[in-house]
This record gives sequence, C-alpha cells and structure tokens, in this order.
Amino acid sequence: MTTDATTPFNERYAERIAAAFAKYPDKRSAVMPILFMAQEAYGYLTPAALREVAALCEMDPTQVQSIAGFYTMYRERPKGKYWLQVCTDLPCALNGADAFYRELQEYLGISEEGGTSADGLFTLEHVMCLAACDQAPMLQCNFRYMEALDMVKMKAFVEEKRAELERSTANGATAGEGA
Amino acid sequence: MASSATGANGHPNILLRHREIENLADYEVYCQHGGYEAYRKAVQMAPSAIIDEVKDSGLRGRGGAGFPTGVKWSFIPPSEPLTYVVVNADESETGTFKDREIMEGNPHQLLEGALTCARAIRASAVYIYLRGEFWDIATALDERIAQLYAEGLAGENILDSGWDCDLYTHLGAGAYICGEESALLESLEGKLGMPRVRPPFPAQKGGGLYYEPTVVNNVETLANVPWIMEHGAAAYRAIGTEQSTGTKVFCVSGNVQRPGNYELALGTPLRELLYDCAGGPPDGRQFKAVLPSGGSGPIVPTTEEILDTPLSYEGCVAAGTILGSASVIAMDDSVDMTWVASKVTKFFRHESCGKCTPCREGTYWLDQVLDRVLAGDGRAQDIRIIDSVAKNMQGATLCALGDFAANPIIHTIAHFPADFQAHFENAVEAAGGD
Repeated sequence: MTTDATTPFNERYAERIAAAFAKYPDKRSAVMPILFMAQEAYGYLTPAALREVAALCEMDPTQVQSIAGFYTMYRERPKGKYWLQVCTDLPCALNGADAFYRELQEYLGISEEGGTSADGLFTLEHVMCLAACDQAPMLQCNFRYMEALDMVKMKAFVEEKRAELERSTANGATAGEGA
Repeated sequence: MASSATGANGHPNILLRHREIENLADYEVYCQHGGYEAYRKAVQMAPSAIIDEVKDSGLRGRGGAGFPTGVKWSFIPPSEPLTYVVVNADESETGTFKDREIMEGNPHQLLEGALTCARAIRASAVYIYLRGEFWDIATALDERIAQLYAEGLAGENILDSGWDCDLYTHLGAGAYICGEESALLESLEGKLGMPRVRPPFPAQKGGGLYYEPTVVNNVETLANVPWIMEHGAAAYRAIGTEQSTGTKVFCVSGNVQRPGNYELALGTPLRELLYDCAGGPPDGRQFKAVLPSGGSGPIVPTTEEILDTPLSYEGCVAAGTILGSASVIAMDDSVDMTWVASKVTKFFRHESCGKCTPCREGTYWLDQVLDRVLAGDGRAQDIRIIDSVAKNMQGATLCALGDFAANPIIHTIAHFPADFQAHFENAVEAAGGD
C-alpha cells in the first residue's frame, strides 16, 4: 500500500469510482460512496480529500464538506487505529451500556467524548442505535459489530491490540537494526 | 433457541423462514424452496394484476406508517416512462433490528419482493438504501444481485419480457433521518438527508427519486410480497386481523429474559409476545412500561388491560399508542421513566436534521431541561415547560421526527407523573439543605 501512496487517490481507486458513478444517472449521487473511499485512502477526510471528491462529483467543496459533517460515519479528524462506538441508546442502556461505557472509558484512560488513548490505538465515543438491541451491550469497532459484550471480553480485546502494537514496535525496531 | 420462541403462533413463518431452512440465503437453496417462482409468474402478468393482488392482501407498510402497500404502488402513473423503486433498509429506529435479520438470513425474499414491485410499476431501477453500518450486508447483497443478473432475473430484457430493470445497493453514512422517505431520497441524490416539502409526494412526478415517480417501501414490507404472490391474497388475509393482515416481525429488547425477533400473526396479544416469546421480565422484577414502537411511539404502562392489547395497527391505536415498526422495548419496575424520557430525547436531539426550527430547538431544550431535572436541579415549573415545548413541536415540522420527539415527554408525564415528581422532591430537599 505504501508503494503506491504517492499515486493520486482518483487513480488508485479508478475502478471503484467508475463503478460508483455507473450506478446513478448523475454524478452527485456517488458522493457518499466516494467519500467512504477517500476516507479509506487517507484515514480521514482531509481538506484535500474533500476537494478531490468535490472535483470528481462536480460539486462545490463546501457542499461535500457539509455532507461529511452531516453523516456520523465520516471522520473529519484523525482517529485511533480502533474507532470504538458504543451504543448507549435506550435498549442497550437498559442492559448496562452506560456503565459499560464508563468502565471502558476508564480502562482506556480516555477522559473526553471522542477522545483517543495515549498510545493512539483507541478512540471511544457514544453512538445511537445500531440495530443490534438484542445483543446489548454492543459496539462497532471500525464499523464491525462486537456484540453481547462485558468488560471481561473488552479487556481481553484491548490487551490483545496493545500486545499487537508492542510486538509490531519491537519487530519494527529489529527490522530497523537488521537493515 | 426455545421452540416456543419461534413461529407465527400456528401460522407459517413468512419472513423468518431462514430459521427453519438452512442456508436459505443461498440462491440455489432459495430456489429449491420455491424462490423466484412468484416473480417469474409476476413478470408474465399484467402489472395492474400484481398491484391488485397486493392490494387485496391488505399488506400494510412495515416501516412504521402502515400505509396500504398496494395502494401506494397504484399511485404511480402507469404512463410514466421512468419510475423507481427504493427499498428503505435504513433501519435506525431505536429498538428495531428486524430488517437486518431478514437481509442476512433471507435476502432473496427481499430481492424477489423488490423486483416484483419494480415489475408492477415497470420501474427501470431498484435502489436498496442501507444504513452505512450495514456495509457487510450490502456487500453480500451485491453478490446475490450479480447472480440475479447472471440468471436473467435482473438487468436487460428480464425473462424475455422486453423489460429492463437494474438493481443496486446504496449505503448511507449514519443518520436516523434518512429512514424518513423524502430525506432518504435526498440522501440518495447526494444531498443532506433532510425531509422535503410535500406535495409532490414520492409517487408523483417531481416528488420521487430524481423527480421521477418512486415507490419507497421498507425491507419487511417487500419481503412479504413473494409469499402473497405465491399463496394468493386470500391466504395472506387469513392471517392476522381484518385491518392488519399477515405476520409481523416483532423486535423485543430491554428488560426481558429473551430479547430477539419474533414473527407473529398481527393481532397477537402483547402478553403473549412479552411472556411466552420473550420470557417475561428479569427474575424478581415486574414489567412497568413498554414502548411498542421504539423511541417514536407513545409509551404505555403495562397494566393487565394493556397486556391484552392485540398487536395490530388498530389495536395499538385503541390502546393509546402505535404499532409502528413493532420495536417493542420493555422496561421493568426498577426503571425511572424520567430517565427513559431523557434517553429517548437525547436520541432525537442528536438525530434531528436541523431543518425545522421546532424540532431542532425543541429537542435541544427538552434535553437541557431533562438533564437538569435528572441532576436533581429541577425547578417547579420544569414539567410544565417541557410539556409545553413538546406540544408546540407537534404537527409543526415537515416530517414526523418532531412529533416522535414530543411523544416521550408528553406520554411519560401523562402516565408516570410520580417518576417526575420524585426528582423535584429531591431537588426541594437539596435546596432546603443549603
């Protein structure tokens, strides 16, 4: 992926962009799918990404930015490697989601809504109903559902990711020495 | 899962058939069980005959409004050269998780229903609008759609009928309001998901997708259509009540032993759903209240009378609430209804699109006042203030979200005044102690 990082986004995603345009009679309808692609390519929707998407969809950058701001699945700022969105809506809250959120927040050492852990691994925030109410408490991690959770499961998940980070840092150092 | 927890109380499962038939999501398995036969038949029928069959079945929209489906289809002017079908798979109502199960377990029944609807209005394309979080469901649907093209059931000259129809998925990106049909159409056109002024309605020229006449139907609604076309309107009408025909998937969540989806004949008593299916309240608890329609509908106390309510469109209205999308959230006697009102209000405050002032400002102030009440800082006039704000939102907005957001306030105050009052007594004591 790093090898073609310098290739412009619209060229790297040419095939998928063309497939998105082919679905609709006008280019503007493809703005949401292409925003998802830009987010995937850049990690979040940078001002340059928004301008690129606007040019592709023949829209004003301001219009594209308002769409990025209106819908909650678009990131306008960098996030942690794992973006945890915990549902604390009524059905989940009736099954302990508020307490689960607070405990998770404390365990990750994140003090503010939407904050990121010091190691850059986890961003934590509330989210509205995700249509998984029979599996409360639940969250989505990078848009993948994790259901029927408790802190035992979450701590195991968090520790696994922390260990992965440590290993990759150590490997990176070794590789660096080897080179 | 317990055997008592499935099945349409003596009637066949129509929507959740995947619970009985393994791998029903596979095209071949679906076809082995009669899949796409009804659609093949429908393509040979006069479009008006399809509409008449659906009209006769009494099927009503399962997204919440309960509008007669066949009547909706009949609003599309037959002479229009360009029309669309849009499937509302935005499933975002608090407590609703039925469309997700249908699309994961029984996706072809949705696709068959959507294509049958498309044939009935001679649509040139079907767009399935899924909430963005359902991207993996959309990916799976895309594969199934590709198979339908390969089998000649979608695309050009379908089944040699000379009719062309494309089938696409489209992902939202996190916005409850996009479940409202006109906001959904705006979103599909690449705009902010905000409701349109009506008329013109989606079925009319100028009101639908790209200004063309459009049918917008919920996933569950369309998933009923193949069964109706296969077994006939009369067989469908034999299930349920006179005004609420067929089965419905009830999503049960909150304080129950067995949360989940239950497909039951419409008109089944609430008691049967809450106790026989969902196993009753947690041990040592009693039910206190139920939201039969997620956050949107009026809350009702679970009195003996309410527990006898037949879960039909008309039965719920007679009980002072609505059936809506049948997302039944149960609460036990440990729950403070002021907190419930606050939870639901926070949802609507977050999800208000901001277009109409009464909803945008109203949800903001309701949330602010409820926060201070829950913090023990309530003032004597607060109940009157939030009641007044809520009532001034009703009927004053372009879409139903403003009305929905008023419901938790108005109905929790009406049914559970003691829960509110308890907070003010605490507040007075705290003030006196200073």
